[in-house]
This record gives sequence, C-alpha cells and structure tokens, in this order.
Amino acid sequence: MATKKKMDKTYVPFTEDMKSTHTILIPNMLPMHFKLIARVLEKRGYHVDVLETSGPEIAETGLKYVHNDTCYPAILVIGQFLDALKSGKYDPDRVALIQFQTGGGCRASNYIYLLRKALEKAGMPNVPVISMSLAGIEDHPGFKITVPLMIKLLYAVFYGDLLLTLVNQTKPYEKNKGDAEALADSWCARLADAMDGKHHNYREVKANYRRMIRSFLEIPADREKTKTRVGIVGEIYIKYSPLGNNDLANFLVSEGAEAVMPGLLDFALYCVYNNILDYKLYHMNGSARLAYKIAYKYLLARERDMIDIMNEECGGVLMPPTLFTHTIDLVQGYIGMGVKMGEGWLLTAEMLELADKGVNTIVCPQPFGCLPNHICGKGMMKPIKAKNPDINIVAIDYDAGATRVNQENRIKLMLANAREKES
Amino acid sequence: MDEMKKNEKTMTTGGGKLSLGIDVGSTTVKVVLLQDGEIIYKKYSRHMSEVRQKTLELISEAAPYMKGESVNVSMSGSAGLGIAESTGIPFVQEVFATGEVVKRLEPDTTAVIELGGEDAKIIFFAGGVDERMNGSCAGGTGAFIDQMATLLDVTADEMDELSLKATRIYPIASRCGVFAKTDIQPLLNQGARKEDVAASIYQAVVNQTIAGLAQGRRITGKVLFLGGPLYYNKGLRLRFKETLGLSDDEAIFPDYALYAVAMGAAVYGERTGYEAMAEELSEKIKGSINTYTGRDRLPPLFESKEEYDEFCVRHAGADVKSIDIDEYSGPAWLGIDCGSTTTKLALLSADRELLYTYYSSNRGNPVELIREELTNIYEKCGDRIKICGSAVTGYGEDLIKNAFSIDKGVVETIAHYTAASYFCPEVDFILDIGGQDIKCFKIKNGAIDSIMLNEACSSGCGSFIETFARSMGYDIADFAERGLHAKAHVNLGSRCTVFMNSSVKQSQKDGATVEDISAGLSVSVVKNAIYKVIRAGSADELGEHVVVQGGTFYNDAVLRAFERELGKNVIRPAIAGLMGAYGAALYCMDISESSIISPEKLKAFTHKSKSAVCNGCANHCRLTVNTFGDGKRFISGNQCQRGLGVEVSEDIPNLHAKKREMFDELRRGDEKKSMESPSKKGLIGLPLALGMYELLPLWNELFRTLGFDVKISNFSTRRTYEKGQFSIPSDTACYPAKIMHGHIEELIEDGVDAIFYPCLTYNVDEHESDNHYNCPVIAYYSELLAGNVEDLSKVKFLYPFLNINNKTELSRELYKMLEGAFPGAVTPREVKHAVGAAMEAYEEHMNEVRRDGEAAIEYARRHDMPIMILAGRPYHIDPEIGHGIDKLAVSLGFVVVSEDSVYHLAERTPVKILNQWTYHARLYRAARYASEHEDTQLVQLVSFGCGVDAITTDEVRAILESHGKLYTQIKIDEITNQGAVKIRLRSLIGALEKKAQG
Repeated sequence: MATKKKMDKTYVPFTEDMKSTHTILIPNMLPMHFKLIARVLEKRGYHVDVLETSGPEIAETGLKYVHNDTCYPAILVIGQFLDALKSGKYDPDRVALIQFQTGGGCRASNYIYLLRKALEKAGMPNVPVISMSLAGIEDHPGFKITVPLMIKLLYAVFYGDLLLTLVNQTKPYEKNKGDAEALADSWCARLADAMDGKHHNYREVKANYRRMIRSFLEIPADREKTKTRVGIVGEIYIKYSPLGNNDLANFLVSEGAEAVMPGLLDFALYCVYNNILDYKLYHMNGSARLAYKIAYKYLLARERDMIDIMNEECGGVLMPPTLFTHTIDLVQGYIGMGVKMGEGWLLTAEMLELADKGVNTIVCPQPFGCLPNHICGKGMMKPIKAKNPDINIVAIDYDAGATRVNQENRIKLMLANAREKES
Repeated sequence: MDEMKKNEKTMTTGGGKLSLGIDVGSTTVKVVLLQDGEIIYKKYSRHMSEVRQKTLELISEAAPYMKGESVNVSMSGSAGLGIAESTGIPFVQEVFATGEVVKRLEPDTTAVIELGGEDAKIIFFAGGVDERMNGSCAGGTGAFIDQMATLLDVTADEMDELSLKATRIYPIASRCGVFAKTDIQPLLNQGARKEDVAASIYQAVVNQTIAGLAQGRRITGKVLFLGGPLYYNKGLRLRFKETLGLSDDEAIFPDYALYAVAMGAAVYGERTGYEAMAEELSEKIKGSINTYTGRDRLPPLFESKEEYDEFCVRHAGADVKSIDIDEYSGPAWLGIDCGSTTTKLALLSADRELLYTYYSSNRGNPVELIREELTNIYEKCGDRIKICGSAVTGYGEDLIKNAFSIDKGVVETIAHYTAASYFCPEVDFILDIGGQDIKCFKIKNGAIDSIMLNEACSSGCGSFIETFARSMGYDIADFAERGLHAKAHVNLGSRCTVFMNSSVKQSQKDGATVEDISAGLSVSVVKNAIYKVIRAGSADELGEHVVVQGGTFYNDAVLRAFERELGKNVIRPAIAGLMGAYGAALYCMDISESSIISPEKLKAFTHKSKSAVCNGCANHCRLTVNTFGDGKRFISGNQCQRGLGVEVSEDIPNLHAKKREMFDELRRGDEKKSMESPSKKGLIGLPLALGMYELLPLWNELFRTLGFDVKISNFSTRRTYEKGQFSIPSDTACYPAKIMHGHIEELIEDGVDAIFYPCLTYNVDEHESDNHYNCPVIAYYSELLAGNVEDLSKVKFLYPFLNINNKTELSRELYKMLEGAFPGAVTPREVKHAVGAAMEAYEEHMNEVRRDGEAAIEYARRHDMPIMILAGRPYHIDPEIGHGIDKLAVSLGFVVVSEDSVYHLAERTPVKILNQWTYHARLYRAARYASEHEDTQLVQLVSFGCGVDAITTDEVRAILESHGKLYTQIKIDEITNQGAVKIRLRSLIGALEKKAQG
C-alpha cells in the first residue's frame, strides 16, 4: 500500500522507557476484541486502558478539536481520547495513544494526523500516538510488533469474532437476561490468561473454540421461534462501536430482533486481498505480493477452521460466518473489486453475504457524508434490490447532530416491514 | 368520507369494538376513534411542543365518544414513540400505519406521498411494498414551508393563495431547507414577486421529494397525497400534480389526508389486543409528564438570581448616546443596513449620536420598507436637519443604492468593524450573528486580520430561533425570556438547523419543556458559531476584547450562553442589532453633499420588478429587472457584468476561462473531424465532469489516435443537473459528482456508441506527495453510475480500473477493454502507440496551463493588478459548479489563476496531515505560493459534502496564516448565492485595502 517513505513529518515516538512509565489508551470499537488485545499487550509489560467512556461529552469534545465536517468516527475517537486526557484520570505526561487505521485513499487514513493536530490544539503535543495499521506502522522504539506478538493479536481477533457471533446469536433467545454477556465477560478473562500460557498454540485455540461454543449452547435459551434477523454492515467503526451507532445491536435485541454482524477477520482479509489485487489490476506492489499471498492463505485457513468447528459443534443451531472466498464470489457482477477505499467492495459483498444466508433485512449505518459509502453503500442498493427483490436495506446516518429518534424510527419501520413479510 | 363507506367491508375488523388511534407528530397531534371501520370522532391540533399536555387534552375530548367502554389503542408518530415507551401503549411506526390504511381503503393505489411536519415519506405498492423516509439531510417539509412563510412575512395560508397567482418558477435548491433559504433570501431582496417565490418554494418541496425519496423510481398511476401540508396547501398539490404529470383521476387528495396515520394506528390497535378505558389512558399519560427520560442535559444559564442581576447591570453599561431628533438641528448622516431578513437604519448627528433608528423585519420587500422610512425621516428632519451623506450595506446594498441614489455602498464586514471599533477601540474580535449570517473578524494592528463567515450549511442563526419561536406560538422576546430561566436545558447539537429540528423533536419525545428547548437553541447557535464557523478550540484564541453584535444578541439567553461557552465576559453594545447601519453611517461621514433622493422625488418614487433571461453568454443567467419611477433600472441575478451592458475586458487573464477555452477547442476539433470524415469504428462519449476535467486531453487524444470519433459532453448548466437528478442514489454526495448523471444522459441522447469514464484509484503521480490517490468519489463514481443509471444499458459503458502511471499496464488494460467492446477495431500495437501520443498530449496541455499561469502572473505584475488563485479541483472551472465566481473576481479587478497553473512556482510545503491526493498536493503548493507573494491571494472553492476538504481547508488556512495572509473559503453546491460570494470577495478586498493603509 503506502510504501513510499512518509515525507515532511515528525512525530513523538514511543520510547523504550515509556513502556514502564506510560499508560497506553485504546479507543473502544469492538468491546470484546479490544479487551482481548489489551490483555495481550498487558502481558507484554505495557500498561493499557481500553476507554469505555460514553455520553454526549465525547462527541462534544471531538467537535471542539476536529473540523466539524470530518467523519463522525474521527470526531468520536479523537473526542474520546481528549475527553479522557482532560478528565484528570491520566497524567498527560505519562500517557500514549493507539490509533487503529486502514490507510488508503479514504480520508480515514488521516485520522492519525488529525489526532496529532487535535493534541497540539489541546496543548498536549507531547503525547505519543502509535498508529497500528496494515499499511505499516511508524517507527516507535518502545512499541514493536514482532511476529509472535502479531500472531497473538490475531488470536485475539479470532476469539473476539467468535464471541461476537455467539453473543449475537444467544442474547435474543436467553431465558435469563444477561447470561450471554456475563459468559462472554468470563471468557474474555479466561482467554486472556490462556493466551499467556506456554502451551497456547493454534491447536489450543481450536480447542477453545469448541469450549466456547459448548458453553454458549448451555445457556438456557428459547430458540423455538427464530427472531427477525437483522444484518448490520457499513463503515467499520460505526458498524461495530456501540458509541458510534447508539448501541444498535442491543436496540435490535430490545425490539425483539437478532443482530447479525460479519466479523473483523473479513475486514482483515479484505485489506490483505486488496494488496494482492493492486498487482493484478495495476502491476503495483510486486515485491510484497508474495507476503500478502501467504498472509491471505493463512487467514483464510483460519476462517475455514472456525466455520468448520461451528458447523460440527452447533450446525443448524448457530449460524457460522461465511467463508471469504464465497463472499468474493457473491459480489461479482455488482461492483469492481478495485473499489478499495474505506470498506469498498466488502460493504457491498457483506450485504449480499447476508442475503445469501437468508438475512434479508439489513441496516447500513453510515457516518453522515462518508465518501466511499456513496458508492459501495447507497450506490449499490439499487442493483442489489434489482437482483434480490426480497431484500430490505435501510441506510441510516450517524452523526454528532443526528438524533436517536430519527434513527430508531427508521429501524422500527424496517422491522415492521420485515415482520409483515414473515407472517 | 365517501371512500371510507365504499370500503366499509375491508375496514371492518373490530366487530363493533371501538379503536383509538393517536398520532403524535413533530408539530401536531391527531386522534381518531374508529368503530367498524368508520370514523366516529377525529381531532387535529398543533401541540406547540407541549406534546404530552396536548395529547392528554385530545384524549379527554375524545373520552365522551368512548362511552365509558374499554377501547383498543395504539400510538404512532415520531413524538408518540416516547409516550408509547413510557406508558406501555403499543406503538406502530407511522409509515407502516399509513400503508395499512391505504391497502384497505384504496387497494389500487400505486404510490403514496405523505408530507408531515418534519418527515417526508413515499410508499410504493406495485411490485412489493417499498416504504421510504427522508434521510437526515432533508428538511423540505411542513416545518420548512412554515419557515419559508415566515420569511415571506405571510401566514402559511396566505402563501398558498399567493402561489396560485405565480407566473414563473425560480430554481430553488431543493436538497435542504437551509440551502433553499439561501436561494430565496436574495430573490426577495432583489425584488422578485412573492407570488413567484411562493410557487417556487412549493416546487422545491416537490423536487426534493422526487429526487430525494423516489431516487429514480417513477411515480405513476394512482397516487395518494397525505399529511398536513398536502391537505392544506392547494399550491403544493398543484405543483405535485403538474410535475408528476398526473390526471385528476390519478392524483388523489383524500379528506382523511390528515388522519391517515392515526387511522392506521387505530386499525393496528384492533390487532394488538391492547385495550384501556379513557381514564386509564389519561392517567398513564399524566404519569409520564415531566418524567424526562433523556439524560442529555446541560446546567442552567444562571445559577442564581444574583448572577442574573450582575449580568443585566454589566450589559446595561454598554450603551450609546441618543438625542431627540426634534431638538436637533444641523447636519446628519444616514446609514442603512439592508440585511437578508431585517432592515436597519441609523441617523447620526455631527457628534455621532443617534438621532433616529429603525429595526424591522424585511417582510419580503425592503425597497418599500426603506421608502416608508425615508419619508418618515424627511418629515422629522424638516428644514432643520440636512442629510449630508448616506451609505448602505448588506445583501440589498446594490438594489437600495440604485433605488434611492445612496452615496456609498460599503461591504458588511467593513461596516461592522467600523462600528465596533468606534465603540471599543481596542477590540480584537468581533462576532456578529444576524438573521442569516454569522460573521467573525479578528482584528490585528487596527486592520481586519481574518474573516470567518458561516457556510450555507451552518446557518444556525437568529432567524432560526425566531422562526422556531413563532412556529411554537411564541414571539421571540417571550421565547428568549423563557430560555433564560430554564432549569436544565437540552443539548441540541450544533450541526445545522435541520439537525436541530430533529434534535428538538428528540427532546420533545423525551418530554422537555419550552423553557428547556429555548435555552437549548441558544446554546446551539453559540456552539455553531464557535466550533463550526470560528473553529476555535479555546476561548483564548478569540482575543482579549470581544464585541458581540447582531440582532440575535438581543436575546439574553444567546449572550449568556456565549459568555458561558467562552468562559469570559464580552461587550454587547445596546445597539447590537444596529451596528451595520451605525457603521455605514460612520463610514460616510466624510461626505458633505449627499446624492440621496430628494424628498420631492421620493414622493413620486415607484418600484416594479420583472424577470428576464440574459443572453450575453451560454450561462443564461436569470435576471430580475427592477424599474424605478424615474426610469432608472437595476438588474440583478447576473453572474457577470455583461447583462448590464458593461463590456468585460477580454484581456484580463482568467485561467478558469482559459482552460474552458482549451476544452472548447478540443470539442470543436472532435466535431469537425466527425463531420469531415466520420469514423467507422465508433463514437466514444467522454463525460466532462469529475476527473475528466484533468485527463480530458489524454483520453481525447487516445481515442482520436485510435481512429474513433469522440464526443465530449458540454459544460454543465443547471439543466444538466436536472436531467440526471432522478438517478442519484446518495443526495449528500458532492455537486460535481451528482452533475455527472446529467452528462451521461446527455451523451446517451447524443447517440454515442460507448461512454468512457475509467475507475482511477490512483491519479497522476507528480511525485509531490506521500501518495497520489484520487478521492473515493472521483475514483469509483463509475461503479455507482453503472448500477443506477438505467439508460446506460443502451450504450457500452467502459469503466476499467486503470493505472495511468504505467504505459505498458495502461496499454494492456485499454486493449482488453477495446477488444471487448469493439472486437477487431484496434491492435495492441496501435493502443501502445496511442497511449504514447495521449500521454504527450496531456503533458503538453499541462505545460500550456502552467505557461499561461506564469503569463497571467506576469501580466498582473506589469499592470499592477492583484492576483487571485481561485483554487479547488480541476472541475471547479465548470461554469455551473464554479457559479461564475472566476468572472466575478475578474470584474472586481483580479487576475485569476487556477491552482494547477501556478503550484509549480512554489516549493513543496510541509503539511501536518497525510498528503496523499494529487489534487490536494497542488493546492498546498499553490497556497504556499500565495503566502510568499504580497500581491497574490488565495480563495479556496469547496464543494459542499467534500469530505476531503474537511482536511485540506484547515491546512490551507494554516499555510496562508503562517505568513499573515487572509484565508477565504467559498462553499458551493447547487446554490447560486452570488450575493454571499460577492460579500466574501469584497470583504477580502476591503480588508486588503485596510491592511495596505494600516
């Protein structure tokens, strides 16, 4: 991707010493995934805090420090950081931030710079910001991603995806409210410890998959009648983050529906796959092609394992993720695979993936004015509806100024229509 | 209720049982009681934000009809959601409810259009029910019509009457209420007929409904029109009927239009099995009153009575002396501020004391208003007072200056600064919130150092609070007063007025009071100004001596909220609303003999306006011709001076015009070639929009070399946009993208064989930046076009992914594409050769642009003229997208160059963001050039909705300001508010002059 050397820029590095003195703050996008990632880093000797703050102050703070026409995710993530820094809970001289980003032609690749600008504006230019992205990370002497660490982080993502799937498919049916969440919490703690163990290899990961699935199946649940399944696709932050989407998944559950969200692994595969495509389409990145191909095969095999295990353990009861290659097949004829900014073709593909699974009711939450979504979200709805007449997709804007009542009203309409069709 | 009786059978489901439907919308409450499908009671009432009280009232009134029985109940509507949640009454979504009713009553309906207070909905029945609601950026509904009526100073009913007498329709931006307002204000101020404006407003609502909701799906067959606005406004019905081409049998406006949702709720109630007695319902709703469920509250504006008293005393100190006009004799100077919504006058004595002041809403006709006031002033002056000089400022400046022979016109910003600095000599920051504008200036060393004006999308200004107050049934003073003493005002966000409307709706749902909402609105206006317009991170950025002014600051709640937000005290002159007029009067005090219209002539003064179309060039500006009694004429609406009979010097370099000429020449060349020796291979259409504005010379040469004929679409006009409007799926995309649809339609009409617009993830690599991307919209818009423009199936649409930085790659992919579309037409060798020629043509074109840029600069320096880099993206030279701003700049005395014609003259500049887009890298370097040259200014054109410019604008500003240069940004969309653009450019000139003097 952005292989050229970054020009004209200076940043505050995260030094070796900071490892012991500084607390690293992580924004909250996927609560379970990030909790696991945090624990992995903690075991490596970092002090880590996943921000779990919420409330209107966060967007307010974001609006103060970021251009108001910037995408909502940037306003929230930066708002959450600055809100934390100003809360008095942390010593600004002993804090560092981690920002995850994807890179590429979307303006989202500027988040890290906007964050640094915001810190400057807030009078805290010395807070180090570590960017974590597949496009390569900047040099921070105190924060190096080694291969073993990388693999641990990936395990955290796999576990997180499975937990997300299990919770989403259990919560609407549980007899005792809160069982699924509580079990997920206890798994988070258990897995964090397990990952630190000497014997935690991939075989152990697979064994844990089975244990996790079985324990979720033990939760007393009434699965007699399948609830209305509602797919959630869209810009990655707003799709997952309860802060960004006003807790959409839980709102759906409270309305008697079941949320279906494709996992983070799909997004990782998408990023890797795009780099392979860069060569195919433009003959660019030839040298890195092999590495990306290896990574792609590795991740795809891991996804297949998870699917197989789910089918073995709970086939017919729980719905496993869709294999990435099938997702790719589904999107052919709708949008070019070269559309790779933001969520790109994956967004379109995930809508089709859901329809393929029989999930015909889909919410597409999007940050107001998201550029790639004009094309791969709203722009693809007409062709998708033309070829899949049963599908019902609703795009909903999320923004500092957008209101819950408008969002929920539209979702209610969508649900009413879905139920009408079901009956 | 004829239809109802006809369909009695289908409606009957309740078996004699009563069913109550309650529809609580954003502005009204509707209650319907059904028995056996027949309405036995119905009531409709505005709730003035007292949602729960009004609902209760209506239920009590319906109670006698329930005969003490237990009835089925359900609720609907956006504000009903909250009540339903806290009372446990079943809720049914309103669009769904409507669908239910229509399916029963009018089963042969193909579509329903329902406009509510703040929502617009379309339901299609044919081929599976398809229900759609407006997105969050679409305010053109009932509340919008109310706001527009206020603007015209008529009631909604009167506006309806007026619209029926219209003779022409003006184009009014239809996407968003705020935009529409920006179009309407200048029309009114230019003297357009209210009748025409009223009809144009309805047309805008119609266009928005069709473009925003139907999105390409045709509305035909039997169409049912529901909801308050469509029930009450005959003019609106007419516009819908005409626009959709519906016959009387097809356009149905039923009697129950107001009650459809409530009826649907009643029908739904029968199904839920939930029932209750009238008393029970009342108790439940009573129990929910004042149980505010939202947590988003802010602390009160005043903690204590003492704090309030101190505030009052402090601000009373900032007064200006006035003297009785009847006691005074001697010279006087008159200042007029003809603003967008209000007109202000100030008459000053030789000692700068106020002799006479006037402040009033424009009521849609400022000329008449000022005539009355001048008559009044002349009467009071008698022979004792002589008006020695006069000046006018504001939106209506040109019109008023011409009408009454006023001595001077002065740009608003300068007038305000003149007033503020007279008032507080050490002032270093001025914030003016008027009816329509927010203006902020930083002052350094006695000159305006930077100017910030609000954009079309952030007009959360005074008129918003005022219209809101009125729509809730309060006058503004009363409404503000209530806000001052709110205990826990609601947080309404700060994005734009449309969003504020829905935030208010949310808070109503949560049970907030009028007091809370009033205070919340004040805070929103203030936050909008500070964070969106000023873009300040902290109070210290503003300055030491802050003067606030403009009519909106008469509202103590706004003033207090501002001080709160800043954390420091500010000065509000007692004449806050008159500062423009006061400043204008001060500005003309150097005149001793005024040219102002004499009392005699004033008596005979008449004013007529009519519309016309300018035929000076292809733009065909719509003009308003004002004729005054003495035969004088004033023409407005023009983008340049040509329509006024003034010759524009063709010699002054204008790179925007020059680039257009280059493209015209290519187009002429193509046409000539097609005429003389038509190609057997085929005709390729190149849509002149988005990235084509950069690479046209390349693609044109490519296809020509390969022996194809080429058709380049014409420069855009408003008509181009309208032609393609119906297939736009995302209405918040930028105008340059949306206009692409029209270019595609045009090429298809022209009978091309294929249309070529490739997907270019990467733009030309100029090795100037970290990467060389296109923005996502430019890169992939073809994908959207392929999926949404149905007519594209009539031609070959070629949109391959290409790498334009690698000739071998490019040749390979292009060959693949052409071999697929035109088998056997070309060989790989030919393609390779053509790619080489194309690259050369592109290089040559860019070199020429740069040479012309250098020549323009040289010309400017030779003639001692200021240079303006009118910067943006290549497509901003399009006459429709750029709105002729380049010509305006030339007419104001600038030599105009584009960013891509001068960026090579400056070094690359370090930026604090990721410099990864080709176009933006040029922008930063052009900014650097401007920052390093005294005679060069940069004005940045920004298309509304351009996400990338949220990043570039701050950076360009920083580059310019680091060298003490002024940053001017002009936000453009489909709106053509020449007035506002002119003010920005003239403010720039004014500030430069002041700077030069200082």
